Amino acid sequence: MAMTRFLIRRILSGIVVLWIVGTCAFFLFFARNPDIVARSLAGRAATGAIINEVKRNLGLTQPIMVQYWQFLDRTVHLNFGLSYYNGGIPVSSILDRDIPRTASVVVGGVVLWTIVGISVGVLSATRARTLFDRFSTVGVLAGISMPTFVLGELLLAYIYVPLNTHGIGWITTGYVGLSQGIVPWAGAMILPWITLATVQAAVYTRLSRGSLLDTLGEDYIRTARAKGLTERRIIYRHAMRAALTPVVSQFGIDVGAFLGGVLVVESVFGIGGLGEDAVTAVSNGDLPTIIAFVLIASAFVVAANIIVDMLYAVLDPRVRIT
Amino acid sequence: MSLSELEFQAQTLGAAPAQAIEGRSQWRLTWARLRRDKMAVASMIVIIVIAILALLAPVFASLLHHGPNQVFPNSGLSSTGGPVSPGTNGFYFGTDELGRDLLVRVLYGARISLFVGITTTAIATVAGVAVGLISGFFGGLVDAVLARFIDTVLAFPFLVLALSLAVVFGPSLTIVIAVISFFSWAAISRIVRGQALSLKENQYIEAARSLGASPWRIMFIDILPNIMAPVLVLATLSIPAAIVFEATLSFLGLGVQPPTASWGNILAGAQSYYQIAWWYLVFPAGALLITTLAFNLLGDGVRDALDPRTERIFAARKKRRRRIWAGGPAAVGIESLVAPSTDGPEEA
Repeated sequence: MAMTRFLIRRILSGIVVLWIVGTCAFFLFFARNPDIVARSLAGRAATGAIINEVKRNLGLTQPIMVQYWQFLDRTVHLNFGLSYYNGGIPVSSILDRDIPRTASVVVGGVVLWTIVGISVGVLSATRARTLFDRFSTVGVLAGISMPTFVLGELLLAYIYVPLNTHGIGWITTGYVGLSQGIVPWAGAMILPWITLATVQAAVYTRLSRGSLLDTLGEDYIRTARAKGLTERRIIYRHAMRAALTPVVSQFGIDVGAFLGGVLVVESVFGIGGLGEDAVTAVSNGDLPTIIAFVLIASAFVVAANIIVDMLYAVLDPRVRIT
Repeated sequence: MSLSELEFQAQTLGAAPAQAIEGRSQWRLTWARLRRDKMAVASMIVIIVIAILALLAPVFASLLHHGPNQVFPNSGLSSTGGPVSPGTNGFYFGTDELGRDLLVRVLYGARISLFVGITTTAIATVAGVAVGLISGFFGGLVDAVLARFIDTVLAFPFLVLALSLAVVFGPSLTIVIAVISFFSWAAISRIVRGQALSLKENQYIEAARSLGASPWRIMFIDILPNIMAPVLVLATLSIPAAIVFEATLSFLGLGVQPPTASWGNILAGAQSYYQIAWWYLVFPAGALLITTLAFNLLGDGVRDALDPRTERIFAARKKRRRRIWAGGPAAVGIESLVAPSTDGPEEA
């Protein structure tokens, strides 16, 4: 079947991409002098002997190809090794702690951003040149110009702090697990969601507005009008389908940028997910953790792109999956 | 067309009123349209003002006798050791937690932001146009490889990779510029490639080739001028993106390093003080927002000005208003049939 063949092919090429990314990340970080890594780990007062022992314990003294082979072998078994920091705990336990946090941010953010972005875009396209359209255009420009971390800081300073000083305490920062109830969880996540969604939604509002306006000028829409179809049916059945194709393809391009946004949002709100820990790991030179994070991010991008390509075929019957 | 017909045409043309039609280049038309766009003109003025302020930052610093990294533990800090508010002791934007003049630091931050924005855009545009043209024009294996590369760069979680690069080579302004350029050229390449793909099928390219023009000549002399419009728009829009990127890297501590002032690292410092010192957050954030907003508005204006349909929309709108005012319903009906349906549902 075409679909299965497509999936198999894409997953195989995804694995190749992940292998290349992992290799690049490995060698990129190995370009750093292992002495520097070992010295920063051993502490300021460490003697040469201690540094050498740290190097031996971390396997930094072995030839690079041996290290590379061991790295490949471990990674295939989803064993990302031990962190150089955090008291040498396994990287997988860091992942276990971080993944629910990041997933909470990503899922809520994506839902909010898609719904707000596309619906505002559609509303302002169908009401082109009205007051609503003008307001949304201004809002979109502000959203595009707004760096994620600035919006996050402004929300903290002018929403979180005033609410909490006036005794409305259900909006919190940091992370609250879903096991402690939906409301505390959503209360902790709502500001990160808004921050993430605002910046991303702006692009989608503009894109879906422009694309829907273009589609509504097509001949087949005139035909549909001539047939006497209702405006609602014309827009949601006939026009939306074609108008969403560029939106979906933009989605595939934006996945990488979106992960960057997640990283910033987690750092601003102190959620402690993959993104925030990635920044810490990068500034510590925590090689195994960084490589695990880079691989997860790339796997996410690869998976998202496969989904986007399948969505194409669903939206546009002319596109054949091969 | 027969000879007599041509003669007839020549005669009627000659008999036409002597009112000369001025030949105007596309760029001159664009400039005329841009000047009519109030938002674009306003944002251009804002950008020029910011650029002048940035250039004159050392002048302001010496006028105020406050260096960008100079600490004022006596006049710049309150009795409790916190930052002082705007307007006290000659600090017009207040101070930060070390007692440095925030106004001077924000002005010096503008230098970094504009410098990064413009240099990275220049590098990314040149590289993006070159790669896109080569990929689109040559096609075949070259195109397959380059297009794949473009897509990969576009889809990459670039902030993660940018962070890694900043750490491997040590954070510095040069690395920031290199990283931002590396992740900005692909968007331009993609557009240029698409345009080159369709343009190279045109007959005038075939004509150039039959005259013995080399591929490089065709690419840069025949095709390039025809894709300058979208490139110009993308370049204008990539300046604010680069400014935001630099600020984000500096905010995360991996871009411009303190004590050198950049809007990103000032805002990183503000993170722990906004509850007691609103000015510490509001002024640098405002400067960053105004700058990116101005560049984005200008980019939109340039896009509209380059679109030849804009002229007709302007004309149609003016004409329609006049006819409605004159009270001619029939004229309005014809107008809506003739006018280009850029308004979408309203006009159709």
